[in-house]
Amino acid sequence: MNRERVDILIIGAGPAGLAAAIAAREDGISSLLVLEREAQPGGILRQCIHNGFGLHRFQEELTGPEYAQRDIDRARELDIPIECGVTVLSVSADRVVTCVSPTHGLRQIEAGAVILAMGCRERPRGALCTPGTRCAGIYSAGTAQRFVNLEGFMPGKRVVILGSGDIGLIMARRMTLQGAKVLACVEIMPYSSGLNRNIVQCLQDYDIPLYLSHTVTDIQGRERLERVIVSEVDARRRPIPGTEMAFDCDTLLLSVGLIPENELSESAGVQLSPTTSGAVVSDSFETSVPGVFACGNVLHVHDLVDHVSDESFQAGHAAAAFVRGEPRAERWFRVEDGEGIRGCVPQKIQLCPSASVTLMFRPADVFRNASVVISCSERELVRRKAMIFTPGEMASYSLKPECFQGLSETDPIVVRIEKGVD
Amino acid sequence: MEQRITCINCPVGCRMTVTLNEAGEVLKVEGNTCPRGAKYARQECTLPLRMITAVIPVENAATPLSVKTASPVPKKMISQVMEALKQVQVSAPVSLGQVILPDVCGTGVDMIATRPLA
Amino acid sequence: MNNHSDILIAGGGVVGCALARELSRYACSVTVLEQAWDVAEGASKANSGIVHAGYDAAPGTLKARLNVEGARLYPALCAELGVPYAQCGALVIGFSKEDEVTLQELLDRGLANGVSGMKMLSRAEALSLEPNLNPAVTCALLVPTSGIVSPYELTFALADDATLNGVSFRFGETVQAVRPQADGSFLVETGRGVWSSDTFVNCAGASSAVLHNQLSDLSLRIIHRRGQYYLLDHPAHPPFQRTIFQCPSRMGKGVLVSPTVHGNVLLGPSAEDIADPEDTATTQSGLDSVMEKVRLTWPQVSLRTNITNFSGVRAHEEGGDFIIGPVSGCPNAYEAVGIESPGLSSAPAIARELAGRIVQDRNLSRKEQVLPFRKPAIPFREMDPDAQQAAIRDNPQYGNIICRCEVITEAEIVAAIHRPVPATSVDAVKRRTRAGMGRCQGGFCSPRVASILSRETGISLLEITKNGGNSYLLTGTLTEDADRRDRT
Repeated sequence: MNRERVDILIIGAGPAGLAAAIAAREDGISSLLVLEREAQPGGILRQCIHNGFGLHRFQEELTGPEYAQRDIDRARELDIPIECGVTVLSVSADRVVTCVSPTHGLRQIEAGAVILAMGCRERPRGALCTPGTRCAGIYSAGTAQRFVNLEGFMPGKRVVILGSGDIGLIMARRMTLQGAKVLACVEIMPYSSGLNRNIVQCLQDYDIPLYLSHTVTDIQGRERLERVIVSEVDARRRPIPGTEMAFDCDTLLLSVGLIPENELSESAGVQLSPTTSGAVVSDSFETSVPGVFACGNVLHVHDLVDHVSDESFQAGHAAAAFVRGEPRAERWFRVEDGEGIRGCVPQKIQLCPSASVTLMFRPADVFRNASVVISCSERELVRRKAMIFTPGEMASYSLKPECFQGLSETDPIVVRIEKGVD
Repeated sequence: MEQRITCINCPVGCRMTVTLNEAGEVLKVEGNTCPRGAKYARQECTLPLRMITAVIPVENAATPLSVKTASPVPKKMISQVMEALKQVQVSAPVSLGQVILPDVCGTGVDMIATRPLA
Repeated sequence: MNNHSDILIAGGGVVGCALARELSRYACSVTVLEQAWDVAEGASKANSGIVHAGYDAAPGTLKARLNVEGARLYPALCAELGVPYAQCGALVIGFSKEDEVTLQELLDRGLANGVSGMKMLSRAEALSLEPNLNPAVTCALLVPTSGIVSPYELTFALADDATLNGVSFRFGETVQAVRPQADGSFLVETGRGVWSSDTFVNCAGASSAVLHNQLSDLSLRIIHRRGQYYLLDHPAHPPFQRTIFQCPSRMGKGVLVSPTVHGNVLLGPSAEDIADPEDTATTQSGLDSVMEKVRLTWPQVSLRTNITNFSGVRAHEEGGDFIIGPVSGCPNAYEAVGIESPGLSSAPAIARELAGRIVQDRNLSRKEQVLPFRKPAIPFREMDPDAQQAAIRDNPQYGNIICRCEVITEAEIVAAIHRPVPATSVDAVKRRTRAGMGRCQGGFCSPRVASILSRETGISLLEITKNGGNSYLLTGTLTEDADRRDRT
């Protein structure tokens, strides 16, 4: 088998991989390679034809393909090699990447550093154990989006959407605009995890009802879907008998969560966090395996691609520093999730950072008039009040280098939400 | 006349009440917690605007072409614009930003390509 | 003119296909009529996939004899056909003195049935073999000859081999009426046409009693017993090395926890008698009942890695035993009725027994040449790197990974579409290749599989189905609805 060598190998040419590659190249890394399994770069943005991307990074509202094109163009300017149609099969702990393609067969590439940027996948029906038949017409929202936007086919005409995440909401509008009838959007939680903008512009604009605290409790149809039963759920998310509503439909779209796709990370022995399902990383986005970095949705699921790009630029710079052999931290602060917080990233911070460190996390529930408090031992590093925290919106707070002075790494840095008085 | 509006500017999602006179002019906005909310509510009650994005089939390509209105258009025009898009014939190559349908439905806004197509 | 076949077999499940393969070695025309759009569409695709050792059935029953015979045939049969099979062994676990008595009975029955190597284990022995067992276990019966198999992959291989040797498979043909003629032949109505045959074999699973009652005055009744399952993703460290059974009850062998031949973990089945044999829906109460019992075996079970739920309907004949052989009072008709567990385990033996009888009665002569079965190629994911490299060099489609969860290549999908009994739907490809069987459940690969099916068969993507019939994936293009009027 051919054995090649590059300084930095990046797995995935979506927004994360492209940003990481651009950053590494801008730092002067000449030997780098991006591997992409699709026929084109751009990742999931290629099928996200709606607008709303890039407000933070470009102060413009771009569509997904436009946002991706900016990074693709920049990568071309920098002459970054992106090989498409290549699937990575495994990554070893010593950073040997095994990949396969029709044209080049099986290859092994030794990398000075590896950046994991594989993105995430959608949770399927099985994750919910929704009972009923296994008929045609049940799709994850992203699969339906691919059919419509990339292949030009309609997956159905009468649609119920389970889950009110942004992809589900976007698809409610998309299907409606293409002539389908969207009967309902059903959300098991008492709140939507989607943006208010999408609830207004994707549901309310088209009079699509949103059923909060409801779920699909039966799926009926022998060959193609014929009907779903929707029931209200109680505070413990169990269906309440007697609340069943029947919707005659041929399509059920599932928008019930995203999971970082970490099979390759696992093959390298990367330690994963049970809360984010992504790698445990330091403030330089390095995983538990030296020289293996992770960024974007494979690390933790983001709401905004702008944040993916930002995080991935940092990962690219850090990987460049690693291959240049710059000194690495050996002592760390641990970062822990406190009350009301889920999945703070990064999970450890070098002692002591020379630049600001951004902590990103999701509130575990909806909190109104509450405060985020970041503290170490008795010392409060940050306290920020906000009118609302919701699980649907990732929160992020920056810690300046001076915050860390005088702290002892024996105490964890704890992020928590302090409830307000209503 | 009163109209209820949910603000879309941030996750707070203020429920605002807009009072209008007979002529449809905004008299007051209540329930907002910031000026952006009031501005949005006024616009939404007088002339709601929306971006429209879609894909159209391409004669000589397997993947359809993604397009958008170059700027927001009146919300009430959405279905007309979608209908007009059905009549559009396009073939590759297309460059990003290329006008696919000028002045769509008399809105004064062009429909443009959002990706290049070789 | 009617379609004629010397032998008609109603039902393309594991028994019908195994029988077709046996008969394909003889000079006669054989046709299998299957109501679904693929083989193994009934109980054969939705069961526990266990090759039981044979300790369960009462000595002297057909179930006991054919199970033990069938289980003995499995290792060689699966090796010959390239079907995944493993003799992983089983534990039947008990939690009380009464259970210990039951286990002793099973051991005695197993000895009477000719099952070898069984052994009673203490609590400590059981826990040392399977540390994830409920520590409240008090005793266990070790059954080293219990095995696991992929039941649908076995059926595909049997059907392919039969096809290569001249058997014809007809899909979408529901046998509605079997009419014995005065000359001893049969007219068989399927709703799509009429067939004639000299010999008729009823392997119709859930419908087998209906067909039996058309041929015989001795009436049979099948109770449709649905079993629901959970299938968990293949874990890095399998929780159990063996199939774990609980003590059997009147309703069956109870809920098991078992590794599958592909490294997944299977939990189930429930047991509920239902009216409609085609009602393979899962229900909340059925799934809940499975989980409740699974926790007794495996207290640490987590559904975090559940990837799908399914159910199968087993055909339980009231008499409790298999009914196999000539149909009473109807010359030239044969049957396999009431094939519930251990039906899969017994299938190779049932087929031999039935074929032997038919060959003898009809005085069939053996064909001079039997075409050797070409095993399906080793899956790409199981090849060593050199073999992978060589495979891609010979066929670049091996370098195109279509299903990322299970690492299935385009070459394997194309091969499945061109097997002797071809995969014609997305699910048919899935069951033959595992594309779409993984943790994302086809979210990523199903549009790609559909495109490959469309390309390879020349059928529009709009006509590609999930599982045959009207199970279309798509309803139209962006501008036009699909035209379905011509469809029958």
